[in-house]
Amino acid sequence: MNAQTGQPNHGHPPHLAHHFHTPGQQFQSAVFGMWLFLATEILLFGGLFCAYAVYRGNHPEVFVHAHHYLDRNLGAINTIILLISSFTMAAAVWAVQHGRQRMLVGMLVATLVCAGGFIGIKAVEYQHKWQHGLLWGKYYQPQQHDSPATTPAEEVPASAEPAAEVPAAAPAPTDDGPHETFRAPSPGPTGLVPPGPTTPEEHVQEAQNVRMFFSVYFGMTGLHGLHVIAGMIAIAWVLVGALQGRFSPAYFTPVPMVGLYWHVVDLIWIYLFPLFYLIH
Amino acid sequence: MTTLNPPPPAAVDYLNHRSGLRGWLLTLDHKRIGVMYLASILGAFLLGGIFGLLIRTELFKSTKVFIEADTYNQFFTLHGVIMTFLVIIPGIPGALGNFVLPIMLGAKDLAFPRLNLASYYLWVAGALLAVLAIVMGSLDTGWTLYAPYSTTTGMGGVVPVLLGAFLLGFSSIFTGLNFIVTIHKMRPPGMTWFRLPLFLWALYATSVIQILATPVLGITLLLLIAERSLGFGIFDPNLGGDPVLYQHFFWFYSHPAVYIMILPAMGIVSEIISALSRKHIFGYHFIAFSSIAIALFGFFVWGHHMFVSGQSTLLTTIFSLLTYGVSIPSAVKVFNWLATLRGGSISLRTPMLYALSFIFIFAIGGLTGLFLGAMATNMHLHDTYFVVAHFHYVMMGSTLVAMIGGIHYWWPKMFGRLYSELWSTIAWALVFIGFNVTFFPQFVMGSRGMPRRYWSYVNLEEYTWMHQLSTIGSYVMAVGFVITAIYLVHSIVAGRRAPANPWGAATLEWRCASPPPPHNFDEPPTVGDPYDFRDLRYDPARAGYVPAAGS
Amino acid sequence: MTTPAKPHAHAEIGHPVPMKVLAGTLAALLLLTVITVGATWVDFGAVANLWIALIIATIKAILVALFFMHLAYDRPFNAVVLAAALFFVLLFVCFTLMDTRAYQDDISAHRTAETTRSPP
Repeated sequence: MNAQTGQPNHGHPPHLAHHFHTPGQQFQSAVFGMWLFLATEILLFGGLFCAYAVYRGNHPEVFVHAHHYLDRNLGAINTIILLISSFTMAAAVWAVQHGRQRMLVGMLVATLVCAGGFIGIKAVEYQHKWQHGLLWGKYYQPQQHDSPATTPAEEVPASAEPAAEVPAAAPAPTDDGPHETFRAPSPGPTGLVPPGPTTPEEHVQEAQNVRMFFSVYFGMTGLHGLHVIAGMIAIAWVLVGALQGRFSPAYFTPVPMVGLYWHVVDLIWIYLFPLFYLIH
Repeated sequence: MTTLNPPPPAAVDYLNHRSGLRGWLLTLDHKRIGVMYLASILGAFLLGGIFGLLIRTELFKSTKVFIEADTYNQFFTLHGVIMTFLVIIPGIPGALGNFVLPIMLGAKDLAFPRLNLASYYLWVAGALLAVLAIVMGSLDTGWTLYAPYSTTTGMGGVVPVLLGAFLLGFSSIFTGLNFIVTIHKMRPPGMTWFRLPLFLWALYATSVIQILATPVLGITLLLLIAERSLGFGIFDPNLGGDPVLYQHFFWFYSHPAVYIMILPAMGIVSEIISALSRKHIFGYHFIAFSSIAIALFGFFVWGHHMFVSGQSTLLTTIFSLLTYGVSIPSAVKVFNWLATLRGGSISLRTPMLYALSFIFIFAIGGLTGLFLGAMATNMHLHDTYFVVAHFHYVMMGSTLVAMIGGIHYWWPKMFGRLYSELWSTIAWALVFIGFNVTFFPQFVMGSRGMPRRYWSYVNLEEYTWMHQLSTIGSYVMAVGFVITAIYLVHSIVAGRRAPANPWGAATLEWRCASPPPPHNFDEPPTVGDPYDFRDLRYDPARAGYVPAAGS
Repeated sequence: MTTPAKPHAHAEIGHPVPMKVLAGTLAALLLLTVITVGATWVDFGAVANLWIALIIATIKAILVALFFMHLAYDRPFNAVVLAAALFFVLLFVCFTLMDTRAYQDDISAHRTAETTRSPP
């Protein structure tokens, strides 16, 4: 009985669906279908890359300033973790194609561990942002700190400018949404002094634009993180199948399918890392 | 001429072979899924159509007829959302493509039957969310959901519609994915790309757009939800965002979406025109390539929806020039259809009536698109009734008309029954005349300045007679649709049985019985030229066409 | 319990990428990551730095696609799908960026006009 169609098999290999003629046709169709789905994922993120390009293209100084709030080392570690996880995923496919069940399970577990590590580090980063009020859009309310030492080690550019003179405190323009009242530019959480706005209006511009950086940052890394979690669920499902002995060199389609998805998740991070963490 | 009843169909067909609700709700058979789509989409069309009639009723007088302005705004929003997302975009691929594609290809099913069922249920979920939106406080943003109003309004229907549209997007993507893989990988021996019927070329081009464009709608909707519930601010100038960016995001999908709507319709017209004039389609390769060209060029013109929105002059100029270009492949098709008709033995059966209507209406709709694509005239025509008339001519008068024509063309195959030709002709006449009476005055109104989306036109009394004409036309159309529904349903319960090939068409779906058996074909059929009718002759005993002796 | 290693039985359902190629790809990717981080220590100018980073990222992406994702051994049309997706992302980004850049001046001019306008 064919599990998919409920029809008797009469001579078909057990994993071959009734509407396909050969296992090769079925497998190649699955691969092709998965590539089409991955194209949609690329276009989904493409919209966010467009938002990034628009905001960075039009306000480059904001991105140069704001990216110092990100920890380059954590970003690099995450990049390495994901690259390794891509390797272990590809190795899992190699293993099942060669009938190496234990290696298959081991590599899938390794991929999951790496993915978990990635999420863990992202959680640490997000937590730090939350603590310092470095959130997106409406919720951007950066806290000032007395000593830079309370923040994670981050690069302090040599060109920190001295604080500009303090104008008389002026109330921010009354709009909806939270705005910090204008105050003298002083070292932010990284010890960096923002290029000084000298009027309340200019200051409002600066503050608003920095919140845009975080909107784009959280939007992109957040959506990426959701895809990592979804990938973890898919890999766990394949792992369960592997433990049940469902895959063999004769049939292993779900493994490379999940693999292809996982590699795209890695591909997106390969671009996110330099775009957010390596802005010079 | 008396028609003898053809012999009864095969004992087991896809409709009767497995009874019970589970056999339908959990089916993996593309034919059953297609039928479910058909019923659901026509149901959505009824709902969207009712909103349309309510709109036209309110516009009969320049002052209030029976609803307030806020309600009116909700009606045109819901009309647009339902018709665009639930009917016209999924309509032909879901209801006809699902049924016809595998059989026309000579395959037993689509590549991924379970994904196909998932597509259908995603549509249902999207539809339920749209209905929920009405109940949860409705929305009056217009179907285009422009920021900043859509991100700041307190109306409760916005988020359900955003979620619903997101799910519908996935329904669309999965259908397109399925069609592309099926056409690439499951063609029978002998069916090269240039022996594919043109309906399949059309569905293929449509599916390419679905894959490439719909995800951008997905991210747009997610960003709107993030804006509303999380205050992301990407489209909010108060937070440093840019509302025009929203329009770029929205139209990058929504312009190619109109080619998702029209391409399958053009494919249907190619099939009907050729079969019902018993003449080989003229310019097969041109029509096939023009489908791909429309799919690709359609991605280069989205800014023509934004000429007055604050888009820069530079891009306005670029988009305007590119828009002229995208009209060329469509014109290629129109000329090829006309050349096919010329010298053909034209049979004015109902599918042909709808196909001919399509050519007439699409020519008008397409040409008026050029007035809108030219930036200079667009300044005056934007947000007037001219735009409303243009898109109804192409979306309703072309896509919907072709869909109904396709339903009439494949009805005998899908249900094994023939409908009353007398009533179908009457209904067609009411729809065709009603449609033109509804929408042609709107071109006139719009070019003279009548704005769209206005609940009242109290100081614009010069437009009253045109509005009234338009409203009357909409009621005439509605009668035509009601009659159509009645005779189609009647045919299922009491219509004459249909032969395998009532039209004498040469594509593969006419080789199997009407209705088809559950697995379509036991062996892959022999493939020939899909537009070569010489091997078919009419057999009065069966009231249909059969392979000629010795062929 | 492992089954003895044997070549895959069905050639048409996915030829395996040799383990040496996989390991080599990982090594190259890690090296490129080191290079791209290192490149930020040198100032080539803001625009050049961005392009260097993007080019290195693209090389990494190509390696992942060709070897981890099997494109080097697959039917060519799968690569066409990927290329098409990237092309249309680029199209979207370029046109939108061109437009937003072109109207930034309008926005600044409007803002200046707003701030210099005297109150009624």
